[in-house]
Amino acid sequence: MAKVKIPENKVQELRDLCKNFDNEPGELINVLHGAQGMFGYLPAEVQEIVADEMNVSVAHVYGVVTFYSFFSMLPKGKHPISICMGTACYVRGAEKVLDEFKRHLEVKVGETTPDGKYSLSCLRCVGACGLAPVVTIGERVYGRVSPEDVRGILEEY
Amino acid sequence: MAKYKNHILVCGGTGCRASESEAIASNLNASLSENNLQDDVQVVRTGCFGFCEKGPVVKMVPDNTFYVHVAPDDAEDIVLEHVIKGRKVERLLYVDPETKEHVSDSRHMDFYKKQLRIALRNCGFINPENIDEYIARDGYSALGTIMEEMTPEAAINVVKDSGLRGRGGGGFPSGLKWELTRKSEADQKYVVCNADEGDPGAFMDRSILEGDPHSVLEAMAICGYCIGADRGLIYIRAEYPLAIKRLKIAIEQARDYGLLGNDIFGTGFNFDVEIRYGAGAFVCGEETALIHSMEGLRGEPTVKPPFPAQSGYKEKPTNVNNVETFANIPAIFLKGADWFKKIGTEKSPGTKVFALAGKVNNVGLIEVPMGTTLREVIFDIGGGIKGGKKFKAVQTGGPSGGCLTEDHLDLAIDYDGLLASGSMMGSGGMIVMDEDDCMVSVAKFYLDFTVEESCGKCTPCRVGNKRLHEMLDKITLGQGEEGDLTRLRNLANVIKDTALCGLGQTSPNPVLSTMDNFPEEYQSHVKESKCPAGQCRALMQYVINSKLCVGCTLCSRVCPVDAISGEKKLPHVIDSSVCIKCGACIEKCKFGAISIQ
Repeated sequence: MAKVKIPENKVQELRDLCKNFDNEPGELINVLHGAQGMFGYLPAEVQEIVADEMNVSVAHVYGVVTFYSFFSMLPKGKHPISICMGTACYVRGAEKVLDEFKRHLEVKVGETTPDGKYSLSCLRCVGACGLAPVVTIGERVYGRVSPEDVRGILEEY
Repeated sequence: MAKYKNHILVCGGTGCRASESEAIASNLNASLSENNLQDDVQVVRTGCFGFCEKGPVVKMVPDNTFYVHVAPDDAEDIVLEHVIKGRKVERLLYVDPETKEHVSDSRHMDFYKKQLRIALRNCGFINPENIDEYIARDGYSALGTIMEEMTPEAAINVVKDSGLRGRGGGGFPSGLKWELTRKSEADQKYVVCNADEGDPGAFMDRSILEGDPHSVLEAMAICGYCIGADRGLIYIRAEYPLAIKRLKIAIEQARDYGLLGNDIFGTGFNFDVEIRYGAGAFVCGEETALIHSMEGLRGEPTVKPPFPAQSGYKEKPTNVNNVETFANIPAIFLKGADWFKKIGTEKSPGTKVFALAGKVNNVGLIEVPMGTTLREVIFDIGGGIKGGKKFKAVQTGGPSGGCLTEDHLDLAIDYDGLLASGSMMGSGGMIVMDEDDCMVSVAKFYLDFTVEESCGKCTPCRVGNKRLHEMLDKITLGQGEEGDLTRLRNLANVIKDTALCGLGQTSPNPVLSTMDNFPEEYQSHVKESKCPAGQCRALMQYVINSKLCVGCTLCSRVCPVDAISGEKKLPHVIDSSVCIKCGACIEKCKFGAISIQ
């Protein structure tokens, strides 16, 4: 993975974040939530700083980051697209909607378009099963999406 | 709710908010102000009404008019017609699918008739961001009474007598769990609320936290008093921003009122609650995994015993209950264990909340007494199958449960009945499937989930489920062999017997139950390379009927891979070795000449 240079002021911000949680290893997940909020993702360099600050091994931090699907080591696109693959959405055709997004964007699940505009991911149930199948782009929720709607949705961005 | 004459309740659950219910509320407020009614009518953003299919939902109080599919633009009509002129806005009323008549009162809708709301008693009634509204509905009075009049042992006995069983899936008697934690000696104990609702398609815990967060806080404080803990932790999915926000508000308000914090009700009892965030791992719903996750570790389960009641969070005695279980507690104390025991079945008293979803007309959140049959839930409350299709199966218990068939429709729902029929209660997801759903693909879908979510600690789950998935994949691709079905079953049983935690042990359930209930469907995939439901793409063939084809060439022009050839005005043919089965040709053909075989 390419080295990411983190600006000094951001490094300090990250260290402060750890201190807010008393550098307590039990708070690692809360710290990582905060760090992902700051950087949008958790590159190796961020994990190294967190490990150093909280006095745990980098391997431990990496182990936790990769265990949980909410944490990402890759930057997301400007408009992160998530297709709900919960059961309710699945039986109402979410897979076909996902295929259509893949086809339009020419990326696989978990990837970002080369221009950095969109990233594509799946999630498990946003709990809006009445609107199945559901797609979220950023904060916006699209309900009852059919494969035919995909082009129109993408054109909004 | 003192000074206002009327209230307009606007659903503020996640589903309705996704359909702009927030804009409806602000338009209502704007229109009320324009008409100088802001002091007479109050707009309340409530939690989920449950009838998500018809959302966004708006309810007028006190006359109980229930408006469905409301759009932000309808706000003005609601104010001008309903509030000012007292006339119902007909076009927004619910239409009974059978009689085709307007039904204005939700109590007369089939969806609500058979429901009994205990855990959801306040959802859709109160503003979850205002503690006074919870208190007005007897909120925190159970806590007060218990602390003033009952010993912890006596209070635990009430929970035991009520027969309440854990609503998170396993159905362990809650009172017994509390007692075990009480009896564990330690200088520090914890109450944990499991709000890591990972079952895809279940959203009852989220709705309770969004609609009635105080009932959970009150129950946690009661539990703390009973077991001797002064700290509570709520472990909640980070994917539930609205529930988190409302919980935070509720915790602050409860602290301000002295209902959380030090010296509650002047009794010297201290109890406070903090929130811990999950980060997207299904296995963290398992209590030992959840505890590790709260400790900042990978959420891997450990062997029980020791149970969390003996050694849990930070190796201290910890009582873990899920959200719905807690939401029942204040009601049990207010109305008594005998009242609770009379509801439901003998061994599973009370009610259960289900997230009814899939191919059913009325998708939503429902709460019914235990012992209600699947038929009542799916056909009476759920309004039957979408699009007039035929019912095929219902999956209960999520990835740990099983698929039940038409033969099980009259099964009375309770923990033991579901378990005996090869499924389980789980957290209460209920996904309805129709004739178009391929059961092999459904089993594969759940295995997809399990493979991705397996924490990897034990081999049966990590490797076994992967192999199961590969076999199912092979079968859906039409490459299944005779021995595969036996191998599938054997391996599934091995995983069931040997996996470390409850999730691993139940992960083969979707495979076993579909194999038991739909053996012929597996047979046709393996022996005839056919998918009876027409879902497995690899097993489909697109064919042009030469008698119906007029050679208009539309299909060959729309085919993205040039698989269709033929002369103008002569029947065309599809080269199945090239065809990618995208279905574009079928949609274009005006003569119905193309079919799937």
